[in-house]
Formats: sequence, C-alpha cells, structure tokens
Amino acid sequence: MSAYLSIRNLCVALKTGTPILRSVSLNVDAGQVHALVGESGAGKSMIGKAVLGTLPRALTVTSGEIWLDGVNLLALHPANRRKLIGATAALIPQDPLTALNPSKRIGPQITRRLVDILGWSKRDAEARALDLLAEVHIPDPARVMRTYPHELSGGMRQRILIASAFAAEPKLIIADEPTTALDVTVQKQILRLIADMQARHNTALLFVTHDLGVVSKVSDTLSVLYAGKVVEDARMRRFFMRPIHPYSAALLAATPTYTDPTGSLTPVSDAVIELVEREVREHDLRASR
Amino acid sequence: MMYEVRDLHLSLPDMTRKPLLGAAPRIEILKGITFDLPKGAVMGIVGGSGSGKSTLGRAMLRLLEPTGGSVHFNGTDITHLPEDTLRGMRQQFQMIFQDPMSSLNPRRRVGGIIAGPLRLHRMDNVPTRVNEALDMVGLPRSFAQRYPHELSGGQRQRVGIARAIALRPAFILADEIVSGLDVSSQAQVLNLLEELVRELGLTLAFISHDLSVIRRLCDRVLVLHHGEVVEAGTTEAIFEAPQAEYTRTLLDAIPLPDPDQRWG
Repeated sequence: MSAYLSIRNLCVALKTGTPILRSVSLNVDAGQVHALVGESGAGKSMIGKAVLGTLPRALTVTSGEIWLDGVNLLALHPANRRKLIGATAALIPQDPLTALNPSKRIGPQITRRLVDILGWSKRDAEARALDLLAEVHIPDPARVMRTYPHELSGGMRQRILIASAFAAEPKLIIADEPTTALDVTVQKQILRLIADMQARHNTALLFVTHDLGVVSKVSDTLSVLYAGKVVEDARMRRFFMRPIHPYSAALLAATPTYTDPTGSLTPVSDAVIELVEREVREHDLRASR
Repeated sequence: MMYEVRDLHLSLPDMTRKPLLGAAPRIEILKGITFDLPKGAVMGIVGGSGSGKSTLGRAMLRLLEPTGGSVHFNGTDITHLPEDTLRGMRQQFQMIFQDPMSSLNPRRRVGGIIAGPLRLHRMDNVPTRVNEALDMVGLPRSFAQRYPHELSGGQRQRVGIARAIALRPAFILADEIVSGLDVSSQAQVLNLLEELVRELGLTLAFISHDLSVIRRLCDRVLVLHHGEVVEAGTTEAIFEAPQAEYTRTLLDAIPLPDPDQRWG
C-alpha cells in the first residue's frame, strides 16, 4: 500500500441504522490533493470527520478501514488514535470566525497545540508561529500574534487557520470548504496559498468543496459523492474533459460559467436522480445481505 | 424609468467605535451612486463583501433612508417619503431574501406565509392569489399546507419568490437568493426567475457576488467597490471588455470548472 491515506469500504450510519456513508473507498498520496465534491448532504464533510475521529455523536463507523501511513486508525485504542491524529493530521475549517476563540489572542491559539499536544517549549512554539505567519504572508506577525480574532478580516483569519494547520508539519490536512465564506478575490489568494503550502510541505490534502470551479484549480484527483456513495472517482483533468457517470456530467451541466453565456443551465434531471438512487438502493441491498 | 438613482449617499453609525457617552461616528457606506434602471430590465449588482450591494438594495426599497441624493421609483421621489405614505406603495416593490430559512416564519404554513403580505395590502381573493403564486413558481398547491422545514432549500426559495410575486409588484429585488443553494437547485431557481421576468414583465435587480450567475441572468450590470460604482453597462460590454481595473480583478478571480483556465 503506497497511499498515505487509504480509506476502504468505509460505512458510517446513524445510531438508528440509516446509512450516511456507503462503502467509501479512496486514496490520497503524499503531496497530492484529492477533492470530495457533491451537493449538500452528500456526506463530503463526514469523510473528513471520520478520518479525524470527530464524527457527531449520533454517527458511528459500522465497517471499513482508514489507513494512515500504514496504520489502521479504526483498530487503534481511541486514546492512541487521538494522539496519532493530533501529531500527523490537521484541519482547515470552513468558518474562520467560529473556529477561533473570540476571547483569546491569536498567538496562544496557534501555539497551544504545539505546547500541549506535541510538548514543544513555549519559546520554540512562538518562534514557529511567527515563521508560519510570515509564510502565509501576514504582515507584521508579531503584532498579529497579540490581536484578537475580531480585529482581523475574514481573509486574515483564514490565513491564520492555515498557518495553524501547518504548524506541526502534519502529513495530512483536511480542508473543509475553506473558502466558501470568502469573496472571490480573497478566495483566489487563499486557494493559492493552500496549494503553495501543500506543495512546499509535501502534505496529503483532502479538499472538501461543492464548487467544481475550485476543484479544477486545486485538485489532482477527486471523488464525486451522492447520498454518501462515491459515484465517480477520477483524475481531475479527465473528469472535466470526459465525466463518466451521468450524475457527474449533470453536475457540470448545472454549473454556470461566465465564459459561456448562451449555454443552457440544466438542473440535474429526474432520470439521472433515479439512476443514482437506484445505485444507492442496490448498494444497500448488497450490504444487507 | 423604473428607478432613477442620483448621487445616492448613505451613512450609518459605526457602533464599534461609539464612545461610552455621545454619538457614534458615522461610516459612509454609499458614496454617491447614480444609475437608471429602465422598466423590464434585469440588472445585476456585483461587488465584494462590504461593497454596499445590499445597502444599495435596501435604500432602493426604502428599508433604509438615504442621507443624501435621491431615489425616484416610477417617477415618484421616494427618498424621504414617510413610512405611512410608503406603505401604500410597497406592494409595487418587493424583495426576495438570501436565506429562506430565516426569512420564512417557521411556525406558519406556506399558504399563510404567501397570504400574509396579501392581507396586509388588503387584496381580494387571497386564496386564489396564493394558489396562482404557487402555480407560477412550479410548486404543487398542496404545498400551502406544509411548513418551511418540510421543504428543500430550493423549494423554500420558491416560496420566497411566490410571496414576492403574489403581490404582482412591478419591481423585485433579489439579494443573493441562490448563493445558499446547490448547483442543481440554483439552475432551477435561475430558470424560474428568467421565466417570471419574461411572463410578468418584471423589472429585477439581482444582487450577487457570482459573476457567472449574473452573466446568465442579467442584461446590465452595476459593479460596486467601496460604496462607489466602478463600472456600469450592458452585460456583454462588462464581460467582453471590462474597463475598470476592479472588474477585471473580479473576473480573473472566478475559478471556472475548466482545467485549462489560466489563473493569472
């Protein structure tokens, strides 16, 4: 097994038995970006949460394996698993305002993880935080370390979360819609920054997004999800040139582009929905046998 | 002209800098905006967050009172009209909101939500008008009995549209109404809006940060930046030959679903 992160036949369900993820398999190599796309409720974010072990209480992993650098996370004792995840993986969340503690200064919010979980000295952690803030192009890092989140713009806050995610040199980063709350011009800067940092640090990146435009700018490979099931796995370029699954093609046809004003905007048709729904039912039938 | 807006200024108190005693300093949101919106036109209003898009929309509907300049609606100066005079006119200019979950009363059924403004404006045949509105937005009449939480995001947004068009307004302001929707529901809502504009002869102002959506729907565009119009013109001119630096920056920043797009 070569991939850094390898998810195999992962099933997640509500405690009541309702399936949320249906036999999801995917691989992300070191230095690669894998995008998870789909409409809301498709389970994109849940894959990231399952890897990080932060699934909502109502959900449980019912079967499958999550291999991280040759270790099956689901076979580990929860405490060991948390330790491993804390040391090797990180999250870039969607909303930079709720992800930062409004009552604490920026500095300690970046260094805390290094000091508390990884046992760094306070001085080393602070030096590292200053370097990272400079790396994500934050002017005057020393001053920003002393500010509170509300004093910074959305773009600045997202830069801080990116710096914070890369602080402990994680091997895997999960970015959950990291630019959805930002303006297009800021989004462009942030996407570039993430891609830049990811390449420089040779990180495996799992990128959750609903925006196919963003996918074409950041990812090497992708999975298209519908109702918690992967309907298509593809290399990025091939996906946009020749989507194989009708649902993938329908998603592309529903996405407006300003360069094609005359192209008709087609909602996903009932026939396509029926087709994927049937695939989902067939999967559930196989799984219940 | 549906709207004639001249040198519109609007400032609001900046409560984050209010001293303990005394008045808050005022912050200027709109800094002299001028444009005409002809009847039957569909105008896109674009700009980054904080550019004043929504404030401009609210000033046009007189949900906010301008601090300078003037707004004429259908030939009437509404800039400083008192609320009781305005109330009689409000049926003519309506709004559709961004987030249907928070703009639809969760404790009322869809029928009641659509009927509310009709009763307020003392219109006759309310039940018939509610049914007609549901027909027009492509929802089954039985949906009148449902609550907002029983509907999908796209269906809820259709209820928001039905509530606005039930009054048969001449003008509708749509403020980021598809930004919370998945692409498939977004395509449905945009197609519906296009159809309604054509059939009802509506004039529409469509606020959005998404230039791809604007290009698809609008025939003219107003680009705002820091409370000023940086560029205005037909959709074709703005997209094919943008003049303002800021417009070009905005266009360049859009990630197209195309692996060959050169992202300067």
